[in-house]
This record gives sequence, C-alpha cells and structure tokens, in this order.
Amino acid sequence: MAEQLKNILLDGAWRQNTGLVVLLGLCPLLAVTNTLINGLALGLATMLTLMVSNLSVSALRGLLRPEIRIPAFVLIIASVVTVIELLMHAYFYDLFRALGIFIPLIVTNCAIIGRAEAFASRHGPLPSLMDGFATGLGFCITLVLLGALRELTGQGTLLAGAEMLLGDWGNYLTLTIIPEHPGFLLAMLPPGAFFGLALLIAARNALQADKAGKPAQAVSNLSAENLVGNSHET
Amino acid sequence: MNNSTHPVLRSGLLLGLIALLGTALLAGVNELTHERIAEQEKRRILQQLNAILPVASYNNNLLEDVIEITDEASFHHPAPVTVYRARKDDQPVAVLMAVTAPDGYNGAIRLLAGFDHSGSVLGVRVVAHRETPGLGDPIEVEKSDWILSFMNKSLLDPQAEGWAVKRDGGQFDQFTGATISPRAVVKAVHNALVYFDANRQSLFDTSATNPERDNG
Ligand SMILES: Cc1cc2nc3c(=O)[nH]c(=O)nc-3n(C[C@H](O)[C@H](O)[C@H](O)COP(=O)(O)O)c2cc1C
Repeated sequence: MAEQLKNILLDGAWRQNTGLVVLLGLCPLLAVTNTLINGLALGLATMLTLMVSNLSVSALRGLLRPEIRIPAFVLIIASVVTVIELLMHAYFYDLFRALGIFIPLIVTNCAIIGRAEAFASRHGPLPSLMDGFATGLGFCITLVLLGALRELTGQGTLLAGAEMLLGDWGNYLTLTIIPEHPGFLLAMLPPGAFFGLALLIAARNALQADKAGKPAQAVSNLSAENLVGNSHET
Repeated sequence: MNNSTHPVLRSGLLLGLIALLGTALLAGVNELTHERIAEQEKRRILQQLNAILPVASYNNNLLEDVIEITDEASFHHPAPVTVYRARKDDQPVAVLMAVTAPDGYNGAIRLLAGFDHSGSVLGVRVVAHRETPGLGDPIEVEKSDWILSFMNKSLLDPQAEGWAVKRDGGQFDQFTGATISPRAVVKAVHNALVYFDANRQSLFDTSATNPERDNG
C-alpha cells in the first residue's frame, strides 16, 4: 500500500506532471502565472478541487454506469469549484479579484476530469485522494516555478502580492531581487508564459535525460506517448 | 427497482440525486458566505472611496447616498455613472464619481474621481483596467505617482486646453512609450469634472436619493 501511494505521488508530481508532461490545463497555467503568488493560489485551488473531486468520484464509482459517468463528473467538479469560489470570495477577497475568471474556469481544466476518469473511477478512496493530491501538487509546482520565473524576469521581484494570500504581514515577504528593474514586458505578457513553459519543459527533459543517461530526445518521445495514452478521454 | 430492467431510470435517478446533493451543498455554502461576501464588496468600495475622501470630512452614509446618471453625450460612454455624495451635517462636501474611460489601450479603464463642492479634484484612482503591464499600468497609484497629479486641479486650473497630456499640448505627463492610457484617463476625468461643474446643484439633490440601490 505504502509503495503504491509513493508511486502515485511520484507519478502525479513528476513522471506524469500535468503541466510539464501531460500538458493539460495549459490555459490557466499560461494565463495566471505572471507572479509567483498568483500561480501558487491557483495551484492550491486546483489541488483542492482535484482531491475533493477524486474522493467523491471514487466513493461513487460502484454506482456510476458508463453512460452517466461523464455528466456525473461534471456535476461533481462544478459543485466543488463553485464552493471553492464562494469561500475564496468570502475569505480571500483580494486574491479572488486577482485571479478573477480563472477560479470558475478551474472547471474546464481537463486534468481534473481526466484524473476522475482515468484514476478515481477505478481506484479506492485513499489512492484516489493521493492521486488528486499528487496531480495537484505537480500542477501547483509548475505554476509556482513558472510564476517565479516570469515575475523575476518581468519585474525583478519574488512573492509580490503575498499579502493577498497571507494578510498584512505578507507585505514583508516581497523580495526585490533586482532593484531598479526596468521591467521586461515580454515576460509579463502571454508570449512570456509560452517561453517560460518551454524552458521548464526543456529543463525537466534534461534532468530526466541525465538520470536515465539517455539523450533528451528519447525522453520527449516518451512524454508524447504518455500524452496520448493518458488524455484520450479529455 | 430492478437493476436490469430499468438501468436508464436508475442512472437518471442517480444523476438527479447527485445534482440535488450538489445544489444542496452550494445552497449551504452560499448561505454561510453571502453575508461576508457582501461585506467584503462594501468594504472594498468604501476603501476606495476613503482613499480619495478622508473619513473625517463627511458623516453621511456614503454607500447609500448614491445616484446613477446615464448621459452618453457627457461621459462618452453608455454605462451609467454611479455618483456617491458626501455630506457633513447635511451640507454637501464632495462627490465621488465612478466613471469609465472607454478608450484605453486594451479597452475601458474604470476610474473613481472625487471632486469637492467648490469644484477642485480631491483625487482620482483607477479601479479596474487591462492596460499593458510596464507600459500603461503606471496609471495605478501602486505603480507610480502619476494619478496624484490630478489633485487640486479644477476647470480653471488648468484651462480646457491644459486638460490633456503634454504631447497633445496639455499639462499632464504621458509615460515613455505610452500615451494612450494616460490620455484616456485625463479625458475621462475632465469629462466628469465638466459634468459635475454644470450639474453641481442637481447632483446633491436629496430628492433623487436612491437608498435601496444594491452596491454589489
Ligand atoms: C504590446 C504593446 C502594448 C502596449 N500597451 C500600451 C498601453 O497599455 N498603454 C499605452 O498608452 N500604450 C501602449 N502601447 C504603445 C502604443 O501602441 C503607442 O505606441 C503609444 O501609446 C503611443 O505613444 P507615443 O505617441 O508617445 O509614441 C503598447 C504597445 C505595444 C507594442
């Protein structure tokens, strides 16, 4: 059991990382990552959604006949996301405003319905919860890295806007890494997100190639297979 | 109910049950949060208003002393303009107008402009915009002091020609490489001020008070 959970964690967070390998949920990934904090907040919200939706789907899996599986998933995911949206609106108001439309749009992140279909509807509650956590963690890490990269190159800071997540003392967390940064527009605009993501994917492939002692080429072929194998439903 | 004879019925009922549960959950969470959400919205509006108009300078309920004006010819925008009216002991003190500059670089820029009763600008803040980060966004007070340059201006200081960015022969700075955003803001503030100056009396008229308005 422990071995299985560890495998699920590694799969979700690294081997099948949603943002870097499976390449699902790219719209929010590219849109909100102009700062680290925005990325972190959306990452956490997505992780929570994945865990709750995986758990509910797994609990209901014996009852769901194939023809109503997808509509049932959609209902569950939409309810969960709306609850998260209401709670954020009430308790993290500034963050809610900063992330705007991307909170309700978590519904359309096909990674979530993908995990419900490919994993939670075939496994027990505990592994499913773990899978939601691991996939969410992988997505969150990608968002945070991309956010940090773009924030640093774009405006020379890290953790700007931390007060939206943490309250007033978050103001002291903002690090000005490059003082008097003139601002690098490209990093802040949507193209910067694509470049940043490409760099992260390349870095991951290089790491992977290092480990396997194989050229990076082989790794990217592998990821292409994973992509096809894993996302046929979404 | 028999599984094999009514699979469709069974699935339909199950789906209905899930929908019902989801709805119940949402209704519950909405019940728990809606008061706090309304409070948060109010607090935010009040924060924005008080950034321009010090709390000590008025003693009416700003959020309820509100009128809406639709006047496309004056504001160059079809949306209604919300006017908050500040009074001290029933004497008019100032208005805060939520106006929209329709011609920003990336669409409309929403502003809040405060004018005191004598007709000079108390302050202007950008409420929402989509201008380009690093180019157009110094209109935000968090990014630069530019928006503070409206303070204490009036229709006489500067004269009408002066209400433009320097590139257009006016008094207000533009940003390096970005003239469109500041130009849109200056125009919208000027339009609002002209309207205020022409309608000062009727804007403070209490008979038009509309306390039921929902500030959400
Ligand atoms: C990608 C891009 C984004 C821009 N964003 C803005 C903006 O948000 N606000 C603005 O005033 N100008 C923006 N500009 C510049 C305008 O196109 C225009 O060149 C400038 O406002 C004119 O200023 P100038 O007359 O001083 O040269 C942008 C230009 C580019 C290429």
